Amino acid sequence: MNDKIEKNISSQIGEEDTWLDKGKTLVRQNKIAAFSALVILLILLAAIFAPLVAPYDHLEQSLADRLKDPSAAHWLGTDELGRDVLSRIIFGARISLTIGLVPTLISMAIGTVLGLCAGFYGGKTDFIIMRLADVMLAFPSLLLAMVVMYTMGGGLVNIFIALSLVNWAGTARIVRSQTLSLKEKEFVEAARSMGVGKWTIMFRHILPNCLPSLIVLFTLNIPAAILSEASLSFLGIGAQPPSPSWGLMAVRGKKYLFSEPWLSIAPSAAIMVVVLAFNFLGDGLRDILDPYLKEQ
Amino acid sequence: MCTQTLVLDIRNLKSHFFTAKGEVPAVDGVSIQVPAGKIIGLVGESGCGKSMTAMSIMGLLRYPGKIVDGTITLDGRDITHLRPKELAKIRGNEISMIFQEPMTSLNPVYPVGRQVQEAILLHQKIPKEEAKKRVLEIFRAVGIPEPEKRYHSYPHQLSGGLRQRVMIGMAMVCRPKVMVADEPTTALDVTIEAQILRLMKQLCDEQGTSIILITHNLGVVAEICDYVYVMYAGKVMEQAETFSLFEQACHPYTQGLLQSIPKLDEKVEWLHTIKGVVPNLLHLPKGCSFCTRCSQAGRRCFEEQPGLYETIQGHGVRCFQYESGVRLDGE
Repeated sequence: MNDKIEKNISSQIGEEDTWLDKGKTLVRQNKIAAFSALVILLILLAAIFAPLVAPYDHLEQSLADRLKDPSAAHWLGTDELGRDVLSRIIFGARISLTIGLVPTLISMAIGTVLGLCAGFYGGKTDFIIMRLADVMLAFPSLLLAMVVMYTMGGGLVNIFIALSLVNWAGTARIVRSQTLSLKEKEFVEAARSMGVGKWTIMFRHILPNCLPSLIVLFTLNIPAAILSEASLSFLGIGAQPPSPSWGLMAVRGKKYLFSEPWLSIAPSAAIMVVVLAFNFLGDGLRDILDPYLKEQ
Repeated sequence: MCTQTLVLDIRNLKSHFFTAKGEVPAVDGVSIQVPAGKIIGLVGESGCGKSMTAMSIMGLLRYPGKIVDGTITLDGRDITHLRPKELAKIRGNEISMIFQEPMTSLNPVYPVGRQVQEAILLHQKIPKEEAKKRVLEIFRAVGIPEPEKRYHSYPHQLSGGLRQRVMIGMAMVCRPKVMVADEPTTALDVTIEAQILRLMKQLCDEQGTSIILITHNLGVVAEICDYVYVMYAGKVMEQAETFSLFEQACHPYTQGLLQSIPKLDEKVEWLHTIKGVVPNLLHLPKGCSFCTRCSQAGRRCFEEQPGLYETIQGHGVRCFQYESGVRLDGE
């Protein structure tokens, strides 16, 4: 309680919240989000230091040890080629996180710029960009990604391209609608009256006001991208063996679903944990980053 | 008037809205002269074209509004049809604006100090630390307590009065020649209003900045303006030095406005009002735009449009009663 009053006073005299303060607020207000952040951090570290963390090499085969049950030596057992499942999941985190981050960043950058232009300029620019977005959204995105993957072939780089091309439309729509309302705000008019140029207004004044939604969208798009990659790999047109992609592992374990269920369950659970963690973190971040919500 | 140097000279400005129902003459032949270092009041009821005039001066009119005629001369330079880039150089630097709503006129995601700093850096090539010093100086000048702390405050952490002070600081920081204030105190309470007005007058005196003060509050006009323009339905109805206007209002509309101010020493059942409403700008009367509400209107007022006639030096009235005077608006 005392803490809260102190906090209010400091915000009244107008001290700026540092990132540390914001972190503390997150931990205090939203335990799940803070825990999710910790989980993501751990997965991120595991992915970066995979060769150090993983007990075995993820490609090392041992036919004598194939399809072993979970044990002290192999915590999550081994697959049909005798590879350690835990090690493969740890190395697979590299793939999932890259797939989650890179295409999402690219597609959101495309969507943000297009959405800003559409909302700010209006008229023909708006019409062309938004009809293009409608076309993209009218198409089932997984199907579109599959078409792209079929024409360009499998492999991780092509997944990057496919997912980046497919997912910008949603971001463009949200940024456009926010731009439409923000550009009528008096502070934009005030900026214009101070002689601020069009591009500066778009990127320095309107864009930062979209950030809370963009952050939330980002944390929702990451798991969507991870799921898309898993689906594509599951369908056999994404990552190719012997890549330790989680989606690919799940489909390879399908054959042994009744005898050795951990082969599918472990990578699926990994997907679920990452997806949920990003979703919870997104919610928590929105609550502390939104200057309007903070006021209340 | 003409003997003084004019910083801003607006001649026969016409800004129209192009709507589906027709052309709306929101500003219809307005001429305003702003001498250096003076405060000019622009008074009128809602929808009479005050804000449109301000937006036209700033070049902030957007579709469907457009300047169709007239010239705006700032310090000897015609700025009516400047290209956006050149206009951007002038805005905030030589001519700046304060808006009605201090609550929404600041960007909520940046600390206020940074926003004022940005205004400086836009127009002057000076190092950032230098700019920050200037910001703190102007914060002190506009009476913001603890400027170093406020520099890092976000708009939502400040009160309305403080925010308006920040806005005034931002408008003044480049020492503009003219500042357009669009109802700067309407959203503030009365005690703060007096402080802000005093501050504006003080800055105007110190820096030699001229102010165009748009308001519907005649009390504010009486307090700080040197010269007043009374607008009605897009036209200037009466223009005079403040003293002269309050001493001897000539136009029936101005008289009506002055009578509408409640007086403490008179006991009345009903407050005085001007009967009727502002006419639809799409269907203005053929004659004088005030004729339908005017108690003194004759037949001629419905048929012909009156000119702006001078009664005494520097006092113009748009009414046939004063036709004997010199006509000020050409034709």
